[in-house]
Amino acid sequence: MKKVAVIDYGLGNITSIMNSLNYLQASSFLTKDYDEIMMADALILPGVGAFKVGMANLEKFGLVQVIKDFVQTGKPFLGICLGMQMLFDESYEFGVTKGLGLIQGQVKELPVNDNSKLPHISWNEISESDLCLWKNTILDTGYKKDVYFVHSFVGIPLNERAILATSRYGDTLFCAAVKFNNVYGTQFHPEKSGKYGLDILNRFINS
Amino acid sequence: MNKLRLIARLDVKNEHVIKGIHLEGLRKVGDPVELAKKYYEDGVDEIVFMDAVASLYGRNNLFDIISRACEKVFIPITIGGGIRDLNDIELALKSGADKVAINTAAIRNNNLIKEASRIWGSQCIVGSIEAKFKAKGKWEAFVDNGREETGLDAVDWASKLVDLGVGELMVTSIDMEGTKKGFDIELLHKINNSVDVPVIAAGGYGRVNHIIDLYETSKISGVALASILHYSIDTCASIKHELNINDINVRVL
Repeated sequence: MKKVAVIDYGLGNITSIMNSLNYLQASSFLTKDYDEIMMADALILPGVGAFKVGMANLEKFGLVQVIKDFVQTGKPFLGICLGMQMLFDESYEFGVTKGLGLIQGQVKELPVNDNSKLPHISWNEISESDLCLWKNTILDTGYKKDVYFVHSFVGIPLNERAILATSRYGDTLFCAAVKFNNVYGTQFHPEKSGKYGLDILNRFINS
Repeated sequence: MNKLRLIARLDVKNEHVIKGIHLEGLRKVGDPVELAKKYYEDGVDEIVFMDAVASLYGRNNLFDIISRACEKVFIPITIGGGIRDLNDIELALKSGADKVAINTAAIRNNNLIKEASRIWGSQCIVGSIEAKFKAKGKWEAFVDNGREETGLDAVDWASKLVDLGVGELMVTSIDMEGTKKGFDIELLHKINNSVDVPVIAAGGYGRVNHIIDLYETSKISGVALASILHYSIDTCASIKHELNINDINVRVL
């Protein structure tokens, strides 16, 4: 059975993540312990809330280094929502805050130029980008359904090859998922996206 | 076009989902966990659990129900009713809810919304407004399931809630609630136009045309359904099918 560590940093919809992993019969555990994290087969950084608070908590609990060390091992890593945003170099939410720097680029407010409201709270389609195909990735589920988004900010990768999926809110095309080697990030919540989301998570823990 | 969310609203009293008219005359309609699971499998986009008596008697026994539902239902879940302080919010989120809906406590203590949205993010805090028609173009905000008036103008209060930090508003028309006669289109239009966060329409859904009529004037973000689902008058899947035919974009399973 795959051991999936979920980073416990006092933020985020931890219960939802744990419930979905239990449902998928993964051996999952919530932890902030260095050794436990390094021993896991896969690592998830969940999160909802503000970037600044998220990064401050990662630093407070000494989790920045272990995330970087885990990524170095080549084992699969997934950041969800704020957890994806924190992978970037920096965010412009309430001033500039430095991120983990695992994906080159910035996090900025989702530009909306029609009557769309923020936060963007809705189910939405995701599309494959030409530069990063889904084959053999966590999105290679063989079918496609809507996923659930709730966010006001988006990650903008410097290298377009890191964009695994895009979505559209109003007139705005934005980055819905990233992939860089063994590092995945989803702006949407797979743990809240019904059966399709569970299938994505299942592919992740078995990747 | 953005997708409209269909939200199942389950008002819970003790162990049962209940339903009344104008938020009164409550009848038992089923088991909350079973109903949540059924609506999830039928393609509903979100579920809102409201503790129908908590704010009146100061009770809150919904957390256990939510925990059980969240083990089987993998869509966003909101809990409301009787959320009084930061501790209640924390317990709600720990039980598996993604958001909390706050009405009474927000009116009694504006600071709660401010603090809560700073800690958990505004996407986590839904401002719940119960509005009752007063005079042409005027609605008053009520608390305690439409039992107690506040003297606040519902539209002004909506803007104030957004300023305080809510990420979403659920607007229930007490006049239309449980009647199946359609939404209060004017109220929803006014609030939707005056705030820049998503608005959920609640109270009055009876048939698909009610959504189509509402959507013509207001591109609201979601609609809450209760009676129609609880009494099995219609299903989420069939409502969505009809909305799609009428060019209203919704998620389909």
